[in-house]
Amino acid sequence: MATSSPPTEAEALSPTVSQRDQWIVESHVFQIYQLFASIPPNAQSLMLEVQRDKHIEYLTKGLHHLSSTFSVLDSNRPWLCYWIIHSIALLGEFIDDEIEDNTVDFLNRCQDPNGGYAGGPGQMPHLATTYAAVNTLITLGGDKALASINRDKLYGFMRRMKQPNGGFSMHDGGEIDARACYTAISVASVLNILDEELIKNVGDFILRYTFCGLAAMILIGEANRLDLPRLLDWAVFRQGKECGFQGRTNKLVDGCYSFWQGGAVALLQRLHSIIDEQMAEASQFSTISDVHEENESLAGTSSHATCRIKHEGMNESHSPDFKNIGYNFINEWRASEPLFHSMALQQYILLCAQDQDGGLRDKPGKRRDHYHSCYCLSGLSLCQYSWSKRPDSPPLPKVVMGPYSNLLEPIHPLFNVVLEQYREAREFFAGL
Amino acid sequence: MAGIIEDENDDRVPISLRPEWSDVTPIPQDDGPNPVVPINYSEEFSEVMDYFRAVYFANEHSSRALSLTAEAIGLNAGNYTVWHFRRLLLESLKVDLHVEREFVGKVASGNSKNYQIWHHRRWVAEKLGLEARNSELEFTKEILSIDAKHYHAWSHRQWVLQTLGGWEDELNYCNELLAEDMFNNSAWNQRYFVITRSPFLGGLKAMRDSEVLYTVEAIISYPENESSWRYLRGLFKDESALYVNDTRVSSVCLKILKTKSNYLFALSTLLDLICLGYHPNEDFKDAVEALRTWDFGEQDSDIARTICSILEKVDPIRVNYWIWRKSRLPQVA
Repeated sequence: MATSSPPTEAEALSPTVSQRDQWIVESHVFQIYQLFASIPPNAQSLMLEVQRDKHIEYLTKGLHHLSSTFSVLDSNRPWLCYWIIHSIALLGEFIDDEIEDNTVDFLNRCQDPNGGYAGGPGQMPHLATTYAAVNTLITLGGDKALASINRDKLYGFMRRMKQPNGGFSMHDGGEIDARACYTAISVASVLNILDEELIKNVGDFILRYTFCGLAAMILIGEANRLDLPRLLDWAVFRQGKECGFQGRTNKLVDGCYSFWQGGAVALLQRLHSIIDEQMAEASQFSTISDVHEENESLAGTSSHATCRIKHEGMNESHSPDFKNIGYNFINEWRASEPLFHSMALQQYILLCAQDQDGGLRDKPGKRRDHYHSCYCLSGLSLCQYSWSKRPDSPPLPKVVMGPYSNLLEPIHPLFNVVLEQYREAREFFAGL
Repeated sequence: MAGIIEDENDDRVPISLRPEWSDVTPIPQDDGPNPVVPINYSEEFSEVMDYFRAVYFANEHSSRALSLTAEAIGLNAGNYTVWHFRRLLLESLKVDLHVEREFVGKVASGNSKNYQIWHHRRWVAEKLGLEARNSELEFTKEILSIDAKHYHAWSHRQWVLQTLGGWEDELNYCNELLAEDMFNNSAWNQRYFVITRSPFLGGLKAMRDSEVLYTVEAIISYPENESSWRYLRGLFKDESALYVNDTRVSSVCLKILKTKSNYLFALSTLLDLICLGYHPNEDFKDAVEALRTWDFGEQDSDIARTICSILEKVDPIRVNYWIWRKSRLPQVA
């Protein structure tokens, strides 16, 4: 077997912790897949259904009431809004007017008079909760929601969070990391307040968080500084035989990575021209045969030359059009086949991540929660549209696993908001 | 649910009954008339936060405020505003940070995957400086002994090494962890961190040779372990020509291919080498051919294309990726 074989006798006596944990998860997951394979097609179709009503019930309930066990999320309430409302939007449902008004009002109370949104009324503004609040308001759409964002003050807040080393601090005196960079840049981009001051040296700072780092680099026009072919190779290997994605090598599958890793692959696919350049460059530099170089196709040589010139000239003349990067990103052509296994990922999400009582989860045996509901559904949407030549053209039934009614709304993968709502927001903020 | 409140400590005296708080008016949360995602706080929680808001908005720097932040943290360790205010208090009250370190340690034991706790821990350690080094290394080691892949613990440990030092035993520590579990990618990651940055080891170039030997051994014991193959690649970061020309790299690929078992990464590594300019000899071509288990279709004279075809079949989850790789192969001379 090419992939990991069952243990030899010696190995079976002492599997490592990683191996043991992995085999336990595999056996749960494969049990589900085997059951699925053994039942007739009608039953299979039922098993593959997105449990819309149940999910909506679970999600809506959360908007109205959360038990005291949620006290530990008392500083994350805009996140709860985003996870719930984005999930509802993905399912193609609408929020009723009253809830919408209440949400706008509530988030306004989380908005700090000096800019930014806090985790709850009376708390300090924080970049992550700002991201969640802004994305929620964009998802709701409409003038009232969008106009409630105090952009000028928000810009001031971000400038204060900006660090000399190029990164961003999550809050006054808070941690500085790639998540902070992504949340800041994403919000600034979608609200049309991104400028040189916010961008400078961010690229130098980006480190560990793959999706956040990649998305932020794309938004500031510096994706070419990353080793994209290696990143792509790493990302596609995060999908395992369980069909879902893991967060890190040799760790366990988790439904939320359907978005964080699946999304990274989706982003990378749209950077195909930079990837091709980098791959061509890599093979040029290592080649030891002169003959090989001479016979290089014209296309290959010129691409290599162009690539060099671009890198040399980068700092001088070229200033990325960051006002339009987010918008252009979804309108550029991309490859027709997803590089991850879309059907397998859908299978994991539908069969293993759905809670039959509503909501989605990490893996079988784990409890459902709003965070996983949001990112499993976001990942599912990515899968369904991964073949589409245009970002929101309806997919063919054969690429949607289960009944066609499983189809969700398409998202903008850089910001993770429903595409239609992104477009509305862009129009609203573009003139400001 | 009258009278039923989870986790309430029966000995607890409500703040409103504590004489030292009698001069303070608690401030209720401004949730508005119809909040969304409303949390059904316990009475204790509401009260603590109402009094916290009072001292926070008044910017009261006192020891009662400090105690109150500890109560608030106990109820919600994710409240970054409370942690921030606590730091301001620790500074103005000039509190002994050794005591604070113990406090954070206790909070962490129930909440180890919380950003605020680790950020606070780092702040305390930074203030204590060099003398904190050993305790921080010990602390993270304890956490890692329970969860050897704990993200925050590794992150903190790396910060400690870079800021406060203590590199001497780190490579050894990695060896231990890998001996326990060769699949621990965090341990491989730390290993890379150590060999590239430890002031005692001389850097990547100096360490490369011995590390290649170590990694090749690891690959041979568990050829299905992605971590070791990626580590091997990392040893030649920015030096593709060296990676291509190091016979130990290509040899281990060949060795594993010949076993016809767990050869996925051997194949993909060989493919990468070829894409970087490696020219495999007949031994490689034979070994690859031996893995081609289907009769249909023409035999491809291009070994790279054959590798892609095999991978499409034996690594089906990545079939589209291998098809794409095949389409992106460097032109054959």
